[in-house]
Amino acid sequence: MIKFFLMVNKQGQTRLSKYFEHVEIHKRTSLEADVIKSCLSRTKDECSFVEYKDFKLVYRQYAALFIVIGVDEAENELAVYELVHNFVEVLDKYFSRVVTSQIMFNLDKVHIILDEMILNGRIVETNKSRILAPLLVLDKMSES
Amino acid sequence: MSDVVEKTLTALPSLLSLDSQPGTGKLSGTSKLGNLIRNIAELTSKHDEEKLIKKELAAIKEHVSSPNTTLRQMKEIMVRMIYCEMLGYEASFGYIHAIKLAQQGSLLEKRVGYLAVSLFLNESHELLLLLVNTVLKDLQSTNLIEVCMALTVTSQIFPKDMIPAVLPLVEDKLQHSKEIIRRKAVLALYKFYLIAPNQVQHIHDKFRKALCDKDPDVMAASLHIYGQMIKENPEGYKDLTESFVTILKQVVGGKLPVEFNYHSVPAPWLQIQLLRILALLGKDDQSTSELMYDVLDESVRRAEINHNMTYAILFECVKTVYTIYPKSDLLEKAAKCIGKFVLSPKINLKYLGLKALTYVIQQDPNLALQHQMTIIECLDHSDPIVKRETLELLYRITNGQNVTVIVEKMLDFLRQSKDEYTTIDLVGKVAELAEKYPFTDNNEWFIQTMNIVLSVGGDVMQPDIPNNFLRLLAEGFENETEDHQLRLHAVNSYLSLLEKDNVHVPQRFLQVISWVLGEYFFLKAETKPEVVLDKLGRLLDQSFVTSETKGWIIAAITKLSSHTVCPNTVAEVAQKYTTSLDTVLRQHAFELKHLNEDRDLIRRVLPLDASCEDIEVDTSLSFLDGFVADALGRGAAPYKPHHQRQEELSQEKALNYEPYGLSLPVSLSSCSITGRQSPTGLSLSSGLSGNSTEMGPKGGSNSLKLEGVRNVWGKEGYLPQKETTAEGTLQVLPGHEGPGTEESAMENASLQPDLASPTIPEEDQEKQQLASSLFVGLGSHNTLCLMGKSENTSQRFRRKTNKTQESSNASEKFSDSSISSRSTVESLMDNNILENTSSEQETELTTLNQSSNQASEFQDSTTPDGLLNGGEREKQDMSSDPSGQAPSLFTGGDMVILQPSCAAAENEQPPATRPPPSLPTELSQLAHSGVQGLCSNESIAVSACKIYKDDSVVLVVFITNKSTSAIKDIIVRFAPTELKVSESTSHGFPLLEGQNTANCQCSVLMEKPCAQGALVGSIAYQAEPEKSSELQFSLAFALADFIRPLTISTEEYGKLWLAFSNDVKQNLKLLSDAKDPLTATLNALKETLQLHIVDIIGTEGIVACQLLPAIPCLLHCRINTGMLAVWLRSPSPDLPDCLLYQCQKAIQKL
Repeated sequence: MIKFFLMVNKQGQTRLSKYFEHVEIHKRTSLEADVIKSCLSRTKDECSFVEYKDFKLVYRQYAALFIVIGVDEAENELAVYELVHNFVEVLDKYFSRVVTSQIMFNLDKVHIILDEMILNGRIVETNKSRILAPLLVLDKMSES
Repeated sequence: MSDVVEKTLTALPSLLSLDSQPGTGKLSGTSKLGNLIRNIAELTSKHDEEKLIKKELAAIKEHVSSPNTTLRQMKEIMVRMIYCEMLGYEASFGYIHAIKLAQQGSLLEKRVGYLAVSLFLNESHELLLLLVNTVLKDLQSTNLIEVCMALTVTSQIFPKDMIPAVLPLVEDKLQHSKEIIRRKAVLALYKFYLIAPNQVQHIHDKFRKALCDKDPDVMAASLHIYGQMIKENPEGYKDLTESFVTILKQVVGGKLPVEFNYHSVPAPWLQIQLLRILALLGKDDQSTSELMYDVLDESVRRAEINHNMTYAILFECVKTVYTIYPKSDLLEKAAKCIGKFVLSPKINLKYLGLKALTYVIQQDPNLALQHQMTIIECLDHSDPIVKRETLELLYRITNGQNVTVIVEKMLDFLRQSKDEYTTIDLVGKVAELAEKYPFTDNNEWFIQTMNIVLSVGGDVMQPDIPNNFLRLLAEGFENETEDHQLRLHAVNSYLSLLEKDNVHVPQRFLQVISWVLGEYFFLKAETKPEVVLDKLGRLLDQSFVTSETKGWIIAAITKLSSHTVCPNTVAEVAQKYTTSLDTVLRQHAFELKHLNEDRDLIRRVLPLDASCEDIEVDTSLSFLDGFVADALGRGAAPYKPHHQRQEELSQEKALNYEPYGLSLPVSLSSCSITGRQSPTGLSLSSGLSGNSTEMGPKGGSNSLKLEGVRNVWGKEGYLPQKETTAEGTLQVLPGHEGPGTEESAMENASLQPDLASPTIPEEDQEKQQLASSLFVGLGSHNTLCLMGKSENTSQRFRRKTNKTQESSNASEKFSDSSISSRSTVESLMDNNILENTSSEQETELTTLNQSSNQASEFQDSTTPDGLLNGGEREKQDMSSDPSGQAPSLFTGGDMVILQPSCAAAENEQPPATRPPPSLPTELSQLAHSGVQGLCSNESIAVSACKIYKDDSVVLVVFITNKSTSAIKDIIVRFAPTELKVSESTSHGFPLLEGQNTANCQCSVLMEKPCAQGALVGSIAYQAEPEKSSELQFSLAFALADFIRPLTISTEEYGKLWLAFSNDVKQNLKLLSDAKDPLTATLNALKETLQLHIVDIIGTEGIVACQLLPAIPCLLHCRINTGMLAVWLRSPSPDLPDCLLYQCQKAIQKL
């Protein structure tokens, strides 16, 4: 099961956070700080999975941005690792070449995309066009 | 990273450039949100952040409640709030506005409102209730986008209690024409299943339908539900194995549309999900595993592209292959895969290889040998995560020979590790290994290892580690000398440890040291106890020692002092701590002081090396005999055992301490005061009042003479409340009790809280809460057997043993109409998984699907074979009994028309001349209704008979050829209504000779509870060649036909009661002329409606039944002002209502 989905920059600033299990708001900041610390401390030749407390972190770095997913023992790390990339590809398709600032300026839309992909900590959709379909309809209808 | 991914990465250069195009998006550059984002992006310190966000929150607060704020602005405000919360600053003042936006906004605004709600609120947040109406409205919207949003938020967060409100709407969406709606509806049901499984237990067949959906996404969504259900109960879904295998086969074979591919791998996450489900199903089950060997082989074979995603699938394959019943060539292939992983230069793959090895190593230790060099390399890998996984692997292959090396490696890692969680975990493992192989090297090793464990693990490790260690040390192993050695080593090493100054030793370790020294100091003869005492005494003065540890140290000192005379240290310690502020320490100190004053006593209390000796206890308290004799001599009342007191109390009128105001029918807190004869003067009891006039000794004169006291439930239930209730107002409640009920009430003492809760008049929230908390505590150790069959057939099902003549024709023409469920499902899957099936095909498939499901269910309950056999046996009977008794079923006056329904008797068309068709003996033995004519004309007559089996209702349809010539091609069909006919919905007879009768059987289920339903059907036939005729018929079924007793215990009832959420309450007429109106009424209901009376106590009764196949319904009945107040609960929303209606009708008839 996926426990949380984070996008954090190298300075440790959270750019997006989504929790699939309830975590108190003040505990989130310290957890995010911990998480990014353990990811930043790793080198390129070390594996992309980190043990953190009783769960695992799967992280992937895109330039200065880290995408970190917290998963439990039962999850397939490599599959989650690729899920991150699938997510980035979806963003890239939607924003036609995504940059960090777009994520920041469209936080709501990124969340909507994420909601289509992961629900209750389960991967529920990976088909790019189907992930984007509801959002594209919304955009179209809002324009008109 | 694989090549493909690297290529993809280079295709994303824009992402790699940070903030190259600031301010993109549709936001105007000057908007408040835009400003906030730019400010956030420029933040450099935590301090600035706090300043910025606090300012922002203040601005939002001002703006958010202003009436001039447009919805568009509100949407922006929500995103600003999301930012504030994301950075860790609560914006709870705005939550209500998020709900408002979801309610009032349209499209994107609404979506953002829902999004904000899902981000801000948690499952149990009270504001969530305000969202329910909006969700309900949107679910009914004609705008698909709004339906989508509502379903999304429902599957994210939804208040558990409100599920019944939306469930029907969500269920409806399962039939929606758009796949995205169907998919989201299934996901919402998955959520419901997670938070309230019994709310959706009645729609399991709809899950099956979703699994067979033609859209792969809807099917994939249902896998989440199945994954969960199979995890909880793999046995229940073995029949689906072939379906999952077929789906996987098609996915692997590339049958899905290309858009489901990820980097040319077909639906990889779906494959992984299916592989996991197969692993759960095939575990420890050879026959199920055999079904999946082929597809696993194919999956392994197909995953040949060099991409991370295929490796992820391979990893899952390996796990599944090693989880299910083994097959050698698959294992071989899986082992090869593991080799690929382990030897890969890519660190992620290597890590997974180690993980896979760890998973399979116990089954296949040879693999470890094959890869031993890699393992050793990984052990010294620079990545601590890889190292850690390697240790995990080693831990699994530890044996007596390698334990010292492996433990050494683990301890090395431990010394470097700073992570608390890793420390706790590893320390536990080391301790476990050390305890498992304590004498591998020499016994010093065990002690030394444990010393490191205790000092490194310190105060974070699991508390049972030091406890286990001490127990092992004290109980010893097999060999007395080795035990001795072990303890001596321990004492030696601890003494030398204490030798050093200023060593920081964790508290737990100090406690272990104190205990061992106190217990085994004598083993080291050359060290005088005084020296040890001195060391412990000095330890006591250390500031880092906690008072808990000080307690252990003083205990050790006390033990030591029993075998030495060392007044100084001991007296000092005792003196110092008798004034300690810590109560426990003070007590220890006083004990030490007083024990030291009595040398004899201290030796007896603290014998040497006796920590494992049994302590003798004088359970009869014989030493008190003298004291008791004295007291009796002075005129004290003799002690009466509890049950005797209870009995006496129950014979008395007793006082009830309960406020007048509450007309609580069952007084939870009532207690009674008896005469002063009880040893304590005041005795609290359940006050079970008998109608006996006999008084206990002296009792009658002391207690108030009042009209009987109402019976109260048990004896144990309220005892803890005695202090509070004793102060209450006296209330005497009228009571009545029949002889004999007292005993049952006693037996059911534990029932008390059960019954108390539902009887509460008016919905008094607080009381209900109390009741539910009482329910919860009930019979927690009892396991439910909800689906268990009732053991006793109830009275309605009287058996008739009439010999009936069986028409040989009928038995011969009996056909096994059940369809092999597997083949159907399979063919279904073949069609359905593909995206485009024509609509006709689709409907046909759906029907097939349903019927196949039913067929499989039916096979469980009634075996067609058995029916056939019945027919054959009948023939044998006839040949052995040539006199051939005339059919007596309908001729004698003793005919029992068992009629559970009000409708059964109607529509009766007694055949005037012809004897009615009769049932096969096997069935006639069962409870059944009379044969009822359905339709007839000059040539053909159709009649039917309902058979009430314990687990199903079987309908036997008789077709009689009234003419003298044969009738051809008879087909009986049933139309779908609220009643579901299992097996096939049509039965055919190619030929029926003149004057003959054929029959067919099908089992009938009521899909959705309703008071009454009609089974509609038709019969087509050819009386003359080339001329087919058709007759319509219908047969009424009542709910009562499908009700069976549910035999459960009172505890199970209590548990179930709490679990069900749909309830209905109503007052019914009471059979007031009876002597015991409640019992009489309930018995009457039981007779007519097939209920199971779980218990009757006083004015309350609990009753349970189930709607076939297994939907339970619980009834709680209570006499209330001359009426029978009935409260029904069930997991099905419709059942209570319908059943209540049946009860009403049944009582009216009486």
